[in-house]
Amino acid sequence: METTRLVIVAVGGQGNLLASKVLGEAALISGVPVRMSEIHGMAQRGGVVESAIVFGEAKSSIISDGEADILLGFEPAETLRAINRCSKKTMVITNTATLPPFTVGIGKGNYPEVEEIKRLLVAKTAGLVALDAMALAREAGSPMSVNIVLLGALIQTGALGFTKENVIEAIRRRTKPAFLEKNLKAFELGIEAAKIN
Amino acid sequence: MHKLLNDSPGEKIMLLGNEAIARGAVEAGVAFATTYPGTPSSEISLNLFQMSRESDLYFEYSTNEKVALEVAAAAANSGLRTFCMMKHVGLNVAADPLMTLAYVGVTGGMVILSADDPAMFSSQNEQDNRYYAKFGGLPMLEPSSVAEAKEMIKGAFELSESLGQPVLLRTTTRINHSNAFVTLGKIQKPMTQGRFEKDPHRCVTVPAVSRGLHVKLLDKLEKATGLAESSSFNFIQGSGKFGIITNGVSFHYAEDAVKDLGIEDKVQILRLGFTNPLPEQMIKNFLGQCEKVLVIEEGEPFMEEAIKAFAQEEGIVIPINGKDRGGKSRGSKSTDLFSRLSEYDPAMVRGKVATYFGIDYTPAVKMEIADVPEIAMRPPNLCSGCSHRATFYEVKQAAKDMDVICPTDIGCYTLGFMPPLSMGDFVICMGSSVSTSCGFSKATDQKVVSFIGDSTFFHSGITGLVNAVFNRHNFTLVILENDITAMTGHQPHPGVDMERFGMDTFGRVNIEKLVRALGVEHVSIVKPFKVQKSIDIIKEALAFKGVSVIISQEPCILFAKSIGLKKSRPFMITDKCTDHKECINGIACPSFYIENDRVKIDADTCVGCALCAQICPENAIRPLKK
Repeated sequence: METTRLVIVAVGGQGNLLASKVLGEAALISGVPVRMSEIHGMAQRGGVVESAIVFGEAKSSIISDGEADILLGFEPAETLRAINRCSKKTMVITNTATLPPFTVGIGKGNYPEVEEIKRLLVAKTAGLVALDAMALAREAGSPMSVNIVLLGALIQTGALGFTKENVIEAIRRRTKPAFLEKNLKAFELGIEAAKIN
Repeated sequence: MHKLLNDSPGEKIMLLGNEAIARGAVEAGVAFATTYPGTPSSEISLNLFQMSRESDLYFEYSTNEKVALEVAAAAANSGLRTFCMMKHVGLNVAADPLMTLAYVGVTGGMVILSADDPAMFSSQNEQDNRYYAKFGGLPMLEPSSVAEAKEMIKGAFELSESLGQPVLLRTTTRINHSNAFVTLGKIQKPMTQGRFEKDPHRCVTVPAVSRGLHVKLLDKLEKATGLAESSSFNFIQGSGKFGIITNGVSFHYAEDAVKDLGIEDKVQILRLGFTNPLPEQMIKNFLGQCEKVLVIEEGEPFMEEAIKAFAQEEGIVIPINGKDRGGKSRGSKSTDLFSRLSEYDPAMVRGKVATYFGIDYTPAVKMEIADVPEIAMRPPNLCSGCSHRATFYEVKQAAKDMDVICPTDIGCYTLGFMPPLSMGDFVICMGSSVSTSCGFSKATDQKVVSFIGDSTFFHSGITGLVNAVFNRHNFTLVILENDITAMTGHQPHPGVDMERFGMDTFGRVNIEKLVRALGVEHVSIVKPFKVQKSIDIIKEALAFKGVSVIISQEPCILFAKSIGLKKSRPFMITDKCTDHKECINGIACPSFYIENDRVKIDADTCVGCALCAQICPENAIRPLKK
């Protein structure tokens, strides 16, 4: 497969690293080479967690500014903050459920309107899929499944070229049995949401 | 069974770089491993610790890196394959034993891993530890990928045994914290019973012995140069009149750049993985085949300077470049060479390769972001329910009429320097809170109150406190005893009750008894979630002339929750609130938010520490009734 570069941004605790591992496993099942890099030093303390996943023949495991083919954002303001990773050719998938930084929560920092975030992402990139992954995760039975909802939306866009079946197998291998059923439902809900987006 | 103990050679599994390194050590038959945890190395030791519970491997969390290296040095001189790992600044702590262990050598294979952190994702500096290999005279290997890291540690043990020298394995964060598929190899059963053979003319480093050992060290380095010349970790890829010499992760950026630019027929790459001593003849031959050479290495011009010296010896006058003059370009201009700052990335390397060799290349158009509104930053913060927040608040209240300097230390609590707590004025390295307090208290007439975590106190705070007692310094030290090494992911330390985890093979050091035994005259204990009582006790300690120690005892809330020691009992703000906002302005707990101009508490994240409830002047914060 041609090299595809995916950047995932999230807030610590949103399950970004598990999502990355599921995609890595899906790559193995699909016979696609993959390298991933993550920065998670302060994740537990409310910071931003970023993963870079490079699928295909390229050897590097990080992604330069402007060179992400896909940007998957777990939080709308974090998606917009990562806009410098994108180009006109980048496909963007974002959660619309907000997790405002603490400074915003106490009225001391700016948080753009979600509609404004969506407008900017549409204007600057090749396309946007925006969904309330938190609502869908709750519908699937667990707010912890936001990551898997977003994986469903990502797979539905076809940007990665992985089959749904291979990703489901990867979810089976990588999630704890107690969460499996909810995660599979979350995955389906993500797919459906992206279809109508 | 631990996934890294799975003896199924040929199986392909996804591993974090640090897991791959731990697996590589096990495949190499490592028998003995020591560490002090530090990002980005921590997952190596975590996995070895877990594996040691179900295998013959001996593993220990030592009190600091110097201790870890000395413990390991003895094992390696008893014939065992020994692995000692730490973050880059940890090697500064271990530098004393390192330099002379290089003279003494080892009888069993010994690998010392230094996890460097270019770009300082979680460190106080970005020093380039390759210089320790040159400084000490140690052979050094540097992997370019996760899979290679696993193979390289095996090679490092063999190299160590063939030279009788410890080998430095130097990684960077992008190796430690990358994931990739790795093919498992065969696990070699470790030799776990060592024996020390007395050899005073090698092992007792009095001057007369060491003079001879230094000669032997230089002989070993000469032999190592020969091994580097034929090492499979040094290789040439491609052919052409342009040359790139590179190491570590930069190799893959260079490889991608050559391919992306379509110049495979013009460029040959010399990848160096065995980087001390450098393969001198191999490099000279490579230079002889090139018209122009670019050296691509993150950090300092370690290879570049040596390569230029080799060229001079050979009378080779081709252009050889790497770093900018001054090396602080940040790569901002396309005509710049490489920087000594931060880390590299594929596009940066592609652009500079193209510019340097005069290849046509149009860089990607930069995303226009002038119209993107400002987005509030998301800095890390002390957790909801973190006991450090309470301690900082109380010290601040107790000292509010004083002119105070607050030296602090390395750990989660360094974050206390941020407003509104603003408790943290000076930090340079582990343990420095105590010793700099000694200096500040003598050099100024300001009151000095310093902070140190329990693990950091064991690491290197104790000697500073002994100094303070002996030299009769005048300050208050607050030891934040949260029963775990929190920052690096909850590793044990000598003050932890290991029986709580069902491990009965450990002792325990009581901090209060230790501090009293050191001769500190004023020692007090606070339970930081009892706010007023704590403030009163702290005031008394601050009034004491001499060295006073306050031990603030409360478990790390993240850890306490993870082992079921604590359950969340969220609080709420009731109608009695008259909007003083003392809670949100005074302690800035991340569970607060503002809705319709009034403070609220997020019940999903509030754990119920009740700090805010105790400082509310209206007594308006109460437990949430379900």
